[in-house]
Formats: sequence, structure tokens, C-alpha cells
Amino acid sequence: MGKVLMKGNEVIAEAAVHAGCKYYFGYPITPQSELVAYMAKRLPEVGGLFLQAESEVAAINMVYGAASAGVRVMTSSSSPGVSLKQEGISYLVGAELPAVIINVMRGGPGLGSIQPSQSDYFQATKGGGHGDYQIPVFAPATLQEIVDLMQDAFDIADRYRTPVYILGDGMLGQMMEPVEFTERKAAELPPKDWATTGTRGDGGPKITNSLRLDPDDLEKHNNHLQEKYSKIKENEVRFENYLTEDADYIVVAYGTVSRIAKNAIKKAREKGIKVGMIRPISLWPFPEKPFYETRENVKAYLTVEMSAGQMVEDVRLAVNGYKPVHFYGRTGGMVPSQEDILAEIIKMAGGDQ
Amino acid sequence: MMELVFERTNGLTEKPTHYCPGCTHGIIHRLVGEVLEEMDIIEDTVGVASVGCSVLAYDYFNCDMTQAAHGRAPAVATGIKRVLPKDRIVFTYQGDGDLASIGMAEIVHAAARGENITVIFVNNAIYGMTGGQMAPTSLVGQKTATSPFGRDIALQGSPIRVSELLATLDGASYIERVSTHDVASIIKAKKAIRKAFETQKNGLGFSMVEVLSTCPTNWGIDPKESLDWVKEKMIPEYPLGVYKDVKGGK
Ligand SMILES: Cc1ncc(C[n+]2csc(CCOP(=O)(O)OP(=O)(O)O)c2C)c(N)n1
Ligand code: SF4
Ligand SMILES: [Mg+2]
Repeated sequence: MGKVLMKGNEVIAEAAVHAGCKYYFGYPITPQSELVAYMAKRLPEVGGLFLQAESEVAAINMVYGAASAGVRVMTSSSSPGVSLKQEGISYLVGAELPAVIINVMRGGPGLGSIQPSQSDYFQATKGGGHGDYQIPVFAPATLQEIVDLMQDAFDIADRYRTPVYILGDGMLGQMMEPVEFTERKAAELPPKDWATTGTRGDGGPKITNSLRLDPDDLEKHNNHLQEKYSKIKENEVRFENYLTEDADYIVVAYGTVSRIAKNAIKKAREKGIKVGMIRPISLWPFPEKPFYETRENVKAYLTVEMSAGQMVEDVRLAVNGYKPVHFYGRTGGMVPSQEDILAEIIKMAGGDQ
Repeated sequence: MMELVFERTNGLTEKPTHYCPGCTHGIIHRLVGEVLEEMDIIEDTVGVASVGCSVLAYDYFNCDMTQAAHGRAPAVATGIKRVLPKDRIVFTYQGDGDLASIGMAEIVHAAARGENITVIFVNNAIYGMTGGQMAPTSLVGQKTATSPFGRDIALQGSPIRVSELLATLDGASYIERVSTHDVASIIKAKKAIRKAFETQKNGLGFSMVEVLSTCPTNWGIDPKESLDWVKEKMIPEYPLGVYKDVKGGK
């Protein structure tokens, strides 16, 4: 199959179908409604099911039911809807059920705006719902990267029995780019012998459950989750280094913002500023290694986000006081421009270039 | 040789339940277990436990079980039913706080979609598990931890009659309200539960049995008085009977 020109939201949907997802439960919200509409048409073609739920609360619980029955399942929404899903996500974690959750982020808080934003970073990477947990979070920057990460997301969900987030923003959802749906060999995954599908032909009754009334029992379970998170940290960190080898300064950005930052970096290089970029692709687990490797040699970091400063906290933890970490952010659906970022780079570099 | 006159149904596990003395949750479990066994569907069934005193139902039913968040059992059941092969049976077991308060949206929409699931709805007019707070089904004048002066219509509104409400939806195929206050009503309750599961088995859509049940612990009366309270106070407010039977022309 060659390249096709598609809209981001549709790419998310088609990539999920290519990853073997046949079941979708969701509720409409801008700016990801094309995704819902695409699934409604597409899933019946592959013998799957699209169901519009009465709310995001219901949708995530339908996902919980479908996941407990052992199928690949996903839901998608945008910020206000993802807030409503938090209860169900916490239950998915507790019951160790795999699912993929898409958040095409928009400006907040409250009803906010329908313009692009990255203001749900904390919600996605620091728990979000109640309880002590983490969820793998992936942030593609291009439509082609969505295709590649989606397969990973479903595989990781199944391998570790965990929900997985794909975090995009309104820009990614709305942009059009050529993409290629490459066929990948299916990953080797453990059998879903825990699924509650009826006992006929597979032995005694099974239970999917997040309740553990005995504190000793719950602590053991939580320790087990933490061990799982250690494995995910070992195996699933993803990032891109761009022109970091000789860099005096490093910009840190993820998702669509990283594309704008890249252009600003090119311009800064033309002006003789040796600047590069670390682009986290997995937001949790956060890529610490590229910071450990650069923090001795660079002079400063600049984190650029469409938020009031969220990922910058993880950058500061990774830099651990070795070097200054600056921040530039826009909120409410405002997108940082190439010129803005360039100005910030120049400021960081002493302002005299 | 001794004659065996009473046996555990294979629809239930051997785990002793944690229910209070005189609580009819246990009887309702038994009726569901017997129906699963008699219809020979234990192995085809996935049950969904809700949040309430029956949260541990996943330990008591001898079939695959899932535990759902408070009120969300009909959505979880929808997810299960929609992705499994058609011959699988899915039921929820929910209290009145779970189903008629926090989970009202989920139950109404499951019924409206005609989800081919069976709902066992245990109405004891109170929040049992959390210590006896007012439920949407608590009676006018009923004293609870959160209606200490008795439920007052001006302050707390009127009880919700769920069976009547859901029966107005085209997607609902079989809805009956039964009770557990005496032997005759228990026998009727079992027939209704069987009919509900048969409705699902025949692919006819949403079925629900509302079972009036006791909570001596939080009603603050003894088990015998509780049975009388169901008969004398609850049934006039929640009349028993079939509210929807699409196959039977109702
Ligand atoms: C989101 C959420 N809110 C509140 C609770 C606390 N809670 C547990 S059970 C319950 C009420 C259950 O009452 P009911 O459904 O009538 O069941 P019963 O115990 O009477 O059988 C409540 C409010 C909870 N577990 N989750
Ligand atoms: S508190 Fe009430 S509903 Fe709960 S087990 Fe005891 S009697 Fe039954
Ligand atoms: Mg109750």
C-alpha cells in the first residue's frame, strides 16, 4: 500500500484498525469528531463494532467490559471528555485491563476552547484518576508517527495489561499529511487467559476486579503494579534527539509543538546558535537518558509547551539542577510561533546573536 | 439412608456470603444461581457485580464475573455482551443506590438501546453498604442516616419507580417487579428471573427484574419485621407485577 493523504483524526482511527482494534466506544466532542465518524463507518467493514455511548463515563465503562472479555478496544475524546473517563481509567488500571485511550487535547480548564492545547500532560502522566498508578503515554508529532505508535500502543497495552494513552492536540487531529499504513508482523504477546468470557471449555470461573478489601492484599497488588511500571520504564521509553551532538542549547518539546520548534532551531543555527532538540515521544515513561547525556555539556534547556508549564517539571527533574531550564508556553488554544520560539532561543543564548 | 432435601445450587460457589442475618440479598443470589443452573447456562454466563452490599457477588456466583464501578454495570455489561459470541449470557446485579441514583443514565440507555442483557435490580429502599443513607427509592417519611427527620418531598423529592420508568422505553422487552417477603413471592420471583434470562437467551433485548429486598440492619428492625415492612410499606409504593412483556403482548 502506498501513501494516502488523510486527516489526523482519521489516521488515528485507521491506524487503530490496522493494529487489530475492532471495537470502539465513544462520545462526540470537538476536535476529534472525525475520528468517531470514521470509526462508525469503518468498523462494520472489518466485522467489528462501533457504539456511541450516552456519555464518556459510559464509554470508558463499555471499554472496561469489552477489555475484560479479551478484545482489542479503544475510546477517544478531547480534554473535558477525558476528565469524565478518569474514573473508568482508574478501574482499568486496578483490574489490569488493556485498552487504548486517545486524547486530542483542547484548551482548558472547564469547557475551555476547541483550539489545540497540551494542557492535559499532568492528567495523563501523573495519574489523572484516583489511586497510585501510571499509564504509558505516547505523543506522536506527525501523522506517520501515529501509525507506528498505534501498533505499539495496543501491543504495550496487551503485554503489560494496562491502559495506554495516545496524546495529540487539535492541530494533529486536523492536519492533513500523506501517510503509509505499513503492515507489521504481529508481536508475540501473552495469551489473554484471564479474560472473562464464560467458562465453557476453559475451566473454572474467573474474575476481573479492582476491589481488594484486605490492605495486605491491596499493597501486594500495588507492588505488582509498581514492578510492572519498572519494566515499562526499562523497555518502552521513546524519544528523538535532533542536532543535540554539538548543541550548546537544547529545546525540549513534544507533539506538534516540536515541529514548530524544529523550524525555529534551523533558523537559530543559521544565526550561529548551536541549538538542538530533545523530543519526548513517551511522556510517561519520561525519557531521562538524553538529559543525563547532555546536561554536563549544554549551557541551558528551553521547554516549549502549549500549556502554562507541565512537562517542564519532568525536564527539571531529569536535569536535576545541573543547568538552567527555561520555559516558554502559550495556553488557551494559542500556538507558539516559530518567531516566538526563536526569540526565546536567542534570549537563552545571551541575546546577542 | 438419609434423603437429600436441600442442596447448594451449582450456580453459586461454596463461599459463605457476608450478608447480615435476615437480609434477602442471599435469597436473590440463590434464585439467580438456580436459574443459571436449571437453564444450563452457568458456563455461558458472565455476571457483572456492582458497588453496594452485593459488591462481592463476584465471589458467590459460580460463573465468570466482572466487577464494575458504582452505577456503571449496565455499560460494562454492554461492552461484554457486544464483543462476545451471541450465545453468551450477561447479567448485572445492582442495588437501588447503584442503579437508580449514580447509575441512572447507564441503566436508562442500556434499556433504550435494547441491550440484550438481564438486570437483577435489588431495591431495599436504602444504601445498605455505606450505612443506611437515603436512596432514590427510600419511601416518603422514611428515616435514614441522611434523612434523619424522614424523607421530605419538599427537600428530597419523591421515590423513583424504576420498573414503571423503564417500561416506557421501546428497547425494554421484559420488566417485572417481584418481592421476597414470603415463600409465595419468592417462588414468583424465581419465575420472573427465569423469564428475564429466557428473554435474553431468545435474543429479545433488555430484561430486568426488580426485587424488593430487606435491610434489617439499616432499617433498624428485626428480620421478621423487615419482611412485614416490605409487604406493608414497600409494596403499596412499588406494586408488584409485570410492567413489560413484549413477547406476551404487554
Ligand atoms: C463513585 C462512588 N461513590 C460512592 C461510593 C460509596 N458507595 C458504596 S456502596 C454505595 C451505595 C450502595 O447502595 P445500593 O446500591 O442501594 O446497594 P445496597 O448496599 O443497598 O445493596 C455507595 C454510595 C462508591 N463506592 N463509589
Ligand atoms: S447492610 Fe442491609 S443490604 Fe447490606 S447485607 Fe446487611 S441487611 Fe443486607
Ligand atoms: Mg440499596
